[in-house]
Amino acid sequence: MYAQMVKSEGGDAEATPEELAFQARIDRDEKIEPKEWMPEGYRKTLIRQIGQHAHSEIVGQLPEGNWITRAPTLERKAILLAKVQDEAGHGLYLYSAAETLGVSRDELLEKLHSGEMKYSSIFNYPTLTWADMGAVGWLVDGAAIMNQVPLQRTSYGPYSRAMIRICKEESFHQRQGYHIMMKMARGTPEQKEMAQDALNRFWFPSLMMFGPSDKDSVHSEKSMAWKIKINTNDELRQRFVNETVPQAEFLGLTVPDPELAWNEEKQGYDFSEPDWAEFFDVIKGNGPCNRERLATRKDAWDEGAWFRDGLTAHAEKSAKRRAAARHAAE
Amino acid sequence: MPSLPDMNTPNVEELAARAAKGQSHDPHLENVELKPAFFDWLCRMGDSTLILGHRVSEWCGKAPALEEDIALANTALDLIGHTQMWLGLAAEVEDAGRDADRLAYLRDAMKFRNLLIVELPKGDMAQTVMRQFLFDAWHHAMLTRLLSSTSPRVAEIAAKALKEVTYHLERSSDLVIRLGDGTEESNRRMRHALDILWPYTGEMFMTDSVDEAVAAEGIAPRADELRTEWVETVREVLDEATLDLPKAKADAQKGGKSGRHTEHLGFLLAEMQFLQRAYPGAEW
Repeated sequence: MYAQMVKSEGGDAEATPEELAFQARIDRDEKIEPKEWMPEGYRKTLIRQIGQHAHSEIVGQLPEGNWITRAPTLERKAILLAKVQDEAGHGLYLYSAAETLGVSRDELLEKLHSGEMKYSSIFNYPTLTWADMGAVGWLVDGAAIMNQVPLQRTSYGPYSRAMIRICKEESFHQRQGYHIMMKMARGTPEQKEMAQDALNRFWFPSLMMFGPSDKDSVHSEKSMAWKIKINTNDELRQRFVNETVPQAEFLGLTVPDPELAWNEEKQGYDFSEPDWAEFFDVIKGNGPCNRERLATRKDAWDEGAWFRDGLTAHAEKSAKRRAAARHAAE
Repeated sequence: MPSLPDMNTPNVEELAARAAKGQSHDPHLENVELKPAFFDWLCRMGDSTLILGHRVSEWCGKAPALEEDIALANTALDLIGHTQMWLGLAAEVEDAGRDADRLAYLRDAMKFRNLLIVELPKGDMAQTVMRQFLFDAWHHAMLTRLLSSTSPRVAEIAAKALKEVTYHLERSSDLVIRLGDGTEESNRRMRHALDILWPYTGEMFMTDSVDEAVAAEGIAPRADELRTEWVETVREVLDEATLDLPKAKADAQKGGKSGRHTEHLGFLLAEMQFLQRAYPGAEW
């Protein structure tokens, strides 16, 4: 998940014999491994996509971290901590996968901090009540899973293996989110109000997580040929709506879309498009929390410089001491 | 690195496995006279892990490196787990219809029994790391002693917690050494952190009537019995970290164990308890 509008690097020039052979391997569903030849465009597109996904995981800690100190019971606090810890772990797998393509974690972080690389637009929305912890797990992780399950079959080996691990944990996240929603939706009138309000605020931003409509999505074709992207944005969005609407009904909550209706013919729901103007505006940096999220990450990095430098200096000193001791012993 | 005691004593795993069930018969739970002291002592354990867990969790998403984000969340998670066990047992001992959550979320500051050192603001990573180390060294010594508690329930919880705290102490010792013996700046910050925290360390070893009552029953050691081991661990690590033991009084700040806290705890509780206070009786 968490990859929106990843620009694909496929050139229009006629394919070389190497490129043709590479494409044939992908078509045979072979996995591409780090040291094997790959087109530069494939490598660059993957770095962008995996990097954006990794950034989303670490920025994604913040909206939920916002409620850890206010979690309403010890158990909820423990579950939320475990979930946010998982997200940091996902970030780590993904940065490691990106490193196999020849880009360091520090380089990727610099690009995040400078605004050159993006993270998923969803994390620029605030988490205002405890019900948002439910909505984020249920809808945001739900949308993420929808995207990530097919990516387990992606052509790049390290990315595919990272996705397999991540998907296992994400499905636990989604269940715990839904469980929070269930408690709230069946709780006191105030809790129910919070639950409905959370759904109202997160519904359309969750639909935006799949990226713009296929007709406006210019980067898909090459990525799909390379099996970096498996399904189109609209396919995944439809699948998400089909799965989520009955879950909302089970909770007794109303999806905030008056156009929502079952379409017997396509065996799926018709629904309203999200406000794409809002989406592009958030991507540009004008969402409710863009500045805060990025500033928090950047401050954490800058204020932590002395810490990282200290550890590095100690490692260097220790190495020198070991070398000196070896020298003395010889 | 401190040399850690052998964890492979045969009964630790077994004890730890029983902690989750919480069903071992414990004669101390029937001792009516002991009840107030036993309850207080359990709250001291559980409140200290709860409040430290809270402070550590404040780093979520803001640590200086991704590995630290993961380690800090993991530490906080362990501490919240210990809290559930200690306060759960405290509620059983009290037998007044409260549970661990009610103890955590519906007591005011004066009823909290945590050590003052854990409620101080998280500060920079130097203060967070140094506090964790000073606490872990105490925590590890305490839990090790509790393995042979005459209370089976206490021994079981200690066994379960000790597995995690052994790792906490390894990690915090390691970081103190690396940052103390790192750059000039990291050394300066670690010295500063130690100076801030040192006056709060003495409280860990002050023995009062509560400690004496549980010690008399063989449930826990007297607080002052842990001092020698703690000083040894701390001295060894600080020495390797090229940091000096502070000369300031170690027991200048105290009171948490009997409910007299710093100004910081009230704000922490206001945040932590917000939902339970704003929506009384709701289930989450």
